[in-house]
Amino acid sequence: MQLKPLARSLAVALSIVVIAGCSSTGGTQDGDSYGSQDGSSMGTSTSGVGTGTGTGGQYGSTSGSGAGAGAGQQADSRIPEVRTIYFDFDSDTIKSEYESVVMAHTRYLRANPGARVVLHGHTDERGTREYNMALGERRAGAVQRFLNIQGVSPSQMSVVSYGEERPAASGQGETAYSQNRRVVFNY
Amino acid sequence: MQTMSKVWLFCVLLFISSYAIANANLTIEITRGSDQALPIGIVPFSGGDNMPEDVAQIIQDNLERSGFFAPLERNSMFDKPSQADEVEFGTWRSLDVRYLVVGSAQQTNSGYQIQFELMDISGQRRMIGETVTVSANDLRGAAHYISDQIFEEITDIRGAFSTQIAYVTAQGLGDNMQFGLYVADADGRNSQQVLTSDQPIMSPAWSPDGRKLAYVSFETERPAIYIQDVSTGQRIQATSFEGINGAPTWSPDGRRIAMSLSKDGQPEIYILDINNRSVERITQNSSIDTEPAWAPDGRTLLFTSDRSGGPQIYEYSLGGGEAKRVTFTGNYNARARYSPDGEQIFLIHRSSRGYQVARQDRDGGRLVVISETTRDESPSVAPNGTMVIFATQQGSNGVLSAVSADGRSSFRLPAAQGDVRDPAWSPFLN
Repeated sequence: MQLKPLARSLAVALSIVVIAGCSSTGGTQDGDSYGSQDGSSMGTSTSGVGTGTGTGGQYGSTSGSGAGAGAGQQADSRIPEVRTIYFDFDSDTIKSEYESVVMAHTRYLRANPGARVVLHGHTDERGTREYNMALGERRAGAVQRFLNIQGVSPSQMSVVSYGEERPAASGQGETAYSQNRRVVFNY
Repeated sequence: MQTMSKVWLFCVLLFISSYAIANANLTIEITRGSDQALPIGIVPFSGGDNMPEDVAQIIQDNLERSGFFAPLERNSMFDKPSQADEVEFGTWRSLDVRYLVVGSAQQTNSGYQIQFELMDISGQRRMIGETVTVSANDLRGAAHYISDQIFEEITDIRGAFSTQIAYVTAQGLGDNMQFGLYVADADGRNSQQVLTSDQPIMSPAWSPDGRKLAYVSFETERPAIYIQDVSTGQRIQATSFEGINGAPTWSPDGRRIAMSLSKDGQPEIYILDINNRSVERITQNSSIDTEPAWAPDGRTLLFTSDRSGGPQIYEYSLGGGEAKRVTFTGNYNARARYSPDGEQIFLIHRSSRGYQVARQDRDGGRLVVISETTRDESPSVAPNGTMVIFATQQGSNGVLSAVSADGRSSFRLPAAQGDVRDPAWSPFLN
């Protein structure tokens, strides 16, 4: 994975657009079970990340959260319970199935400007330790950019990569590895 | 140096914990013997029965571990000479022994006196001999010193048995982990705790004089690079920039440390001047640049970069110019280290079997995998260039392992409990 900064930002922006724009295509197993809880226009998440076909412009309504303010504010006063999202091998792409998790944190952080989050990036154990530190930072950075684009103030966020140093699961094999490739929201 | 001494004045002794973690010594298991090893006999030293350490056995283990020697089993010896004029050459020739070590040990008022002689059996001559006097607690040191003399006399390569290794231990999972930084003798014994923390410790690197370690610690809940005097425990926080502060490696003159910092976006190589604390940025691009290694002549740096897509090794000349790509075999080559003569590099290569230690000429050429394990990390080359120590997995545990530079012999240093990783072989200490 090697992208120039501008290309990377565009890719992130594009993937967001794609996530938002492809709500009815494909669909992952749990794709439609969330996403409309707060009544805003925010994405019903499904697959489509990286397919590059999305043109959906209805998203990006970072100022339009007023629509669901009533129930939303109630929910947004609490730190979202799900605080970990997982990644594919050698990837820093936020998978569509975790978009609702990231959006819940977006709403919480926007509703609580005094809240601070430290995004902890982790990798699985394969590869060298310091290179994995860099990959963990790239993962956490992808989440940070996503939140920023959604209107979360940079002053509310920081990134710490732990690389492969703090595995959540022990052992070798994809079962453990998949639990270790993660970004954790720490408040 | 004035700035430096001021800095040291403010040093604090941290993490000298009152609870010592249980014995963190490592044991040795030879996993592969070389088919070209020289047969040698090390006769038990006379007077050695009353000693707290079996000096002849330590010498035998050292020589065997090096891969250069195949020591004769003790129970095959039916003669036990303790000095040169007692050696019957025919007896040892019939056992196919090429070299023989004999000696004696005795207690003195202040410690021990060890006398040894090295014999060339085929040449029927005494090669070297010496009387070594040591303090009561340094019998193992005497054995390592004698091993160095024997090794150099026969191979013409300086022995590295009197060196040390630094390594990191870890236990637990997720938010409940304990980390330790240790220094031990090259045979895994005499381990001393340098630091413990419930936050990660990484990437220990020896100063060229063997007195200090630079390392990464997350004790402030984010990474920072520290420099610690191993014997006094005094230390300074060398860097604590936003983002990654990682992969420290010393310049051969000990004045600078190359490292990876992500303070300006993504990880880039920087050089810290230890005295004035200034950092100079070396790499300029939008990709990951990390894991620098300083050439023995001080003129170039190796580092890992994914500027071509995946991680590959590049070499940067401090005289200026563009970094030059060094590795072209496969799509994952990382964490390179120079051999002491600067002619070769050792690195982690992803092969069809997994992540393995590999060797390549610095100027290119064929990349050769030298380890047999497949989850390898952190190669570190012995100061005499004969062995490479690295971290790997045995079952579900992280262990240290070492392989000869030619790949012919290897051994393992498992710990009693937990994971061991991130080994760093010290420079020559004497």
